[in-house]
Amino acid sequence: MIIGLYTVLSHGNLVKKLIGLNLFQASVFLLYISFGKVVGGTAPIIEKGFEVYSNPLPHVLILTAIVVGVATTALGLALAVRIFNAYGTLEEDEAIAAEESDGAAAS
Amino acid sequence: MATFELINIALLGILVATAIVITRMRALYGAVMLAALFSLVSASMFVLLDAVDVAFTEAAVGAGISTVLFLTTLAITRSREAQTPRRRVLPASLGALFTGGMLLYASQDLPGFGTADSPVQEHPITHTYLEESQHEIGVPNTVTSVLASYRGFDTLGELAVIFTAGVAVLLILTYLPRQSEEAERAALLLTDYPVLRVVSTILMPFILVFAFYVQFHGDYGPGGGFQAGVIVAAGFVLYGLVFGLDSGRRVMPRRVLLALVPLGLLLYAGVGVVNMLLGGSFLEYGTLNLHHPEEGQHIGILLIELGVGVTVAAVLTVVFFAFAGRRVPR
Amino acid sequence: MTAHLPALQVLLPLLCAPMCVLVRHRLVAWLFFLLATVSALACAVLLAVRVSGGRELHYAMGGWEPPVGIEYVIDAANVPVLILVSGIGFVVGIYAKRSIEAEIDRHRIPLVYACACLTFTGLLGVTATGDAFNAFVFFEIASLSSYALIAMGRRRRALLAAFRYLIIGTIGATFLLIGIGLAYAVTGTLNMADLAARLPDVYGNRALTAAVAFTFVGLCVKMAVFPLHAWLPDAYAEAPSALSTFFAATSTKVAIYAFMRFAYTVFGVTLVFRMLPVDTIGMVIGSAGMVIGAAVACFQKDLKYLLAWSSVGQIGYIVVGFSLHSVGGLTAAYLHLVNHGVTKAALFAVAGMLLLRLGSVRLSALAGLGRRMPWTFAAIVLAGLGLVGVPPTAGFVSKWALVVALVTDGKWVLVAVVLVSSLLALVYVGRIVEVCWFREAPATGPVESPPASMVAATWLLVLASLYLGIDPARLDSLAEGAARALLGGAS
Repeated sequence: MIIGLYTVLSHGNLVKKLIGLNLFQASVFLLYISFGKVVGGTAPIIEKGFEVYSNPLPHVLILTAIVVGVATTALGLALAVRIFNAYGTLEEDEAIAAEESDGAAAS
Repeated sequence: MATFELINIALLGILVATAIVITRMRALYGAVMLAALFSLVSASMFVLLDAVDVAFTEAAVGAGISTVLFLTTLAITRSREAQTPRRRVLPASLGALFTGGMLLYASQDLPGFGTADSPVQEHPITHTYLEESQHEIGVPNTVTSVLASYRGFDTLGELAVIFTAGVAVLLILTYLPRQSEEAERAALLLTDYPVLRVVSTILMPFILVFAFYVQFHGDYGPGGGFQAGVIVAAGFVLYGLVFGLDSGRRVMPRRVLLALVPLGLLLYAGVGVVNMLLGGSFLEYGTLNLHHPEEGQHIGILLIELGVGVTVAAVLTVVFFAFAGRRVPR
Repeated sequence: MTAHLPALQVLLPLLCAPMCVLVRHRLVAWLFFLLATVSALACAVLLAVRVSGGRELHYAMGGWEPPVGIEYVIDAANVPVLILVSGIGFVVGIYAKRSIEAEIDRHRIPLVYACACLTFTGLLGVTATGDAFNAFVFFEIASLSSYALIAMGRRRRALLAAFRYLIIGTIGATFLLIGIGLAYAVTGTLNMADLAARLPDVYGNRALTAAVAFTFVGLCVKMAVFPLHAWLPDAYAEAPSALSTFFAATSTKVAIYAFMRFAYTVFGVTLVFRMLPVDTIGMVIGSAGMVIGAAVACFQKDLKYLLAWSSVGQIGYIVVGFSLHSVGGLTAAYLHLVNHGVTKAALFAVAGMLLLRLGSVRLSALAGLGRRMPWTFAAIVLAGLGLVGVPPTAGFVSKWALVVALVTDGKWVLVAVVLVSSLLALVYVGRIVEVCWFREAPATGPVESPPASMVAATWLLVLASLYLGIDPARLDSLAEGAARALLGGAS
C-alpha cells in the first residue's frame, strides 16, 4: 500500500501514477477483506454442512470499491491519452514546463 | 492452519516484491503486466480469505479490463518513463511513511486476524446477513443478498459510478475533430493472425454462455450482474481486437451500445420507483409480490442484476472502443 | 408520496442523468438538467418545512431498518446544505444554457448535462445519507463526473488540471475508505448513528485514532483545505464557466458538511476535540489557509485564478468556525458556508460572462471595461464587497458571527488573523475594481452585452447574496438550528 502511494506521489509519468494508484487501492481492498475472515470459516454461500462463514459485508463493500477503482482508472487513462495528444508527452513535469513557456510567450 | 498462514505469507511476499519492482521499472509495458500479476495474486488471496465474489471481480477487472485499457493507452502514447526527478522523492517518501506509520499504529489495536469474536463478527447485522437472509430473501449466496437487497442502494450508486465513467470517457475521448476513419483502422489490432481468429470464433459462444451462467447463477454461487457484464464486454473486446473495430461495430452498433448504457441504470432505478408506487420504500423488492415478499425479492434481485449487467457490459465496451478508436501517433 | 421525499431528493436527479444520454438532444438534455435541479430544490424546501422544529426524518432504503440497510437522515444539519446545493444548481441551470453552448462542442453537450446531473446527484447523496460507506460511493459519483467536466475546459491546461484533481481526489477518497474501514473494523457497523452509539466503547483504541485521522485527511482533500488545496485553483479556473460557478458554490461545501457530520455526529465531540487535537489543528490550518489563500489571490493575473485562490482562503474561515465546537462557531461556519457559496458563485458567473464576451479574463484584458459594461461590473463590485465582508453584505454577517464566536472563546489571535485576511481580501477585490474602473480602456470595438439568461442568473445570485446580508435573520435561525442539531447529536 505504502509502495503504491509512494509511486503515485513520486512519479511524474501519468500512466505510472495510475498504476501506483491501482496498487494503493488494491492493498486497501486486502485490508478490508481481512476484517471479514474467520479462521476455519468458508465463503459466505449458505449450504448444508458448513457452520462458520466469513462475513459477507466487507466483500460487498470491496466489490463496490473495485468498481469505483476501475472507473477511476478508465477516466484517468482517457485523460492521459488526451494530455499526450495535446502536449506530446506523458510526463507531468514536461507538460507543465510546456505550459509555462507558453504562458511566458503569450504575456 | 499452519499451511494456510504460510500460503498467505508467501502470497503477501509476492505482492510486496511485485509492487517494488513496478515502482522501479521504467518500461511501462512491463509495469502494466506486473500490475496485472499483482491483481491475480491478490485475487488468489481473496479466495483464501473466503471472498470468492471479490476474487472473481478482481481477476476480471484488475487483471483483465484494466490491463487491456492500460495497454491500449500505451499503444497510442509512449511506453518509456523519464527518470524520476530527485526533488519529488522526498515529499513522496514522507507522505508514504506517514501513511504507513499511521497504519502500523492502527494495526496494534485491530482485532486479531481471523478471530471469530471481533466487533465485525459480533455485530448483530452479521447475524442478519448470514442467518435471517435465508428466510427474508432466500438466496444462498449472502454476498448477493447484501449487495442487491440489504445494501442495494450502494449498488445503485456503484452502477451510477460506472455509468459516470462511461459518459466521462465518451466525453473526453470522442467527438474530437480531425479523426479520420482511416486512422481508426490503424489502432491496436491483431487482425493478421488467423489462429487467433479461429480460436476466438470458437470461444465467442462459450464466453457468452458463461456470461449468462454468471449472470443468473449469482444467487447460488459467486457471480452476478457485474461480473457477467465484464465477461460480455471482454467478449466484445476480444472480437474487436481480433476482427477489427469495424466488424466489432457491425456486431454491436454504437447507437445500440449508447442506448444500452443508460437503460441498465434506468432499469435498476425503475425497479425502485415501482416499489415506491406499490407502497414500499425505494428498492423494497418485497412489494413486487405482495403475498410472497420472498418471491418479490427474487424478482427484484433478478431485475436489478440484469440492469447492472447491461450497463456494465455496455459501458466497458464503449470505453474500449473509445480508446481503441484513437489514432496511433506516427 | 411525501414520505418518499428524502429518497426523491437524490433519485430524481439520478434519473435525469441517464435520460440525458438516452435522448442525446441538446435542448432536451438541458431541460432534464433543469428538471433535476428544480425538483431537487422543491424537495429540499419541502424537507426544510418538515424538519423545522428539530425533527429528524429517517428513510430506510429497500425497507431494511438500519443498521442492516442504508438509511437517509434529513435533519436541521443538512437541510441548509441541500437547499444551497439545489438552489445554486437551479440558478446555474438557467445560466448554463448559453454558457455551455458557447464553450463546448455541440455534440458533447448532452453528455455534459448528464455529467452535471451526476455531480449534482452525488453531492446531494453525500449530504442526505446516514451511512458512512454510502457517503463514500456518492462522493465518488460527484468526483468522477467533476473530473470529466473540468477536462471540458477550453484550454489544454484543463486536461492537466483534471488529471491532477483525479490523482489527488482519488488518494483522498482512498484515505476516506481506509478511515471508514478502520472504524468498521472496531465497531462492525457502517451506519452513522450506530457507529456513534458504539464508538464510546472503544475510545482510546489506536485503530480508532487512525480511523479519525484517515477520514479527516481524506475529507480535507475534498474540502481543499490548506495545505491540501493543490488541485483547486487550476480545477476551478480551467473548468467551463457554468461549472466553475457550480463547483465553487457546492462541491467543497458539501465536503465541509461531511467533515462536520463525521466530526460531530459520528466520532463525537469527546473523541475528536477532547481526546484528539483536531480543534487546534483545524484552527492552525484554517488560519494559515485564510492568510495564504488571500495573499496568493492578490498576485494572480487571471480573474478566475484569483477567485479560486480566494476560495482557498475563505474555506479557512469555515474550518476555524467549526473547530471552535461551540454553537456560535458552528453557526458562523454554516452562515459562511452558505453566504460564501452564493457570493462566490455570483463572482464566477460574472467571470464566465466576461470570458464569453472578451475571450479572456486576464486582469489586463479587463482594463477600463467598468465604464463600458457598467452592469456587469456593478455585479463584481457588489459580490466582491461580500467577499471582503463590508456591511451590509452577506460576507459581513458571517464574518461578524465568526468574530463574535472567537471573542466569546477568547481567541484574540484568531480575531487578528481574520482581520488580516479580510484586509488582504480588500486588496485583491480592490485590484479588480482599480483595473476595471480606473485604467484606460484599450481602443477596441464595442463589447456585446452577454445573453439575457446569463445576466439574469448572475443577478439572481448577486441579489441573493445582498438579501442574505440585509435580512440575515432567516438564514441565521437555519444555521443555528443546524449547529444545535450537530452538537445535540454529539452530547
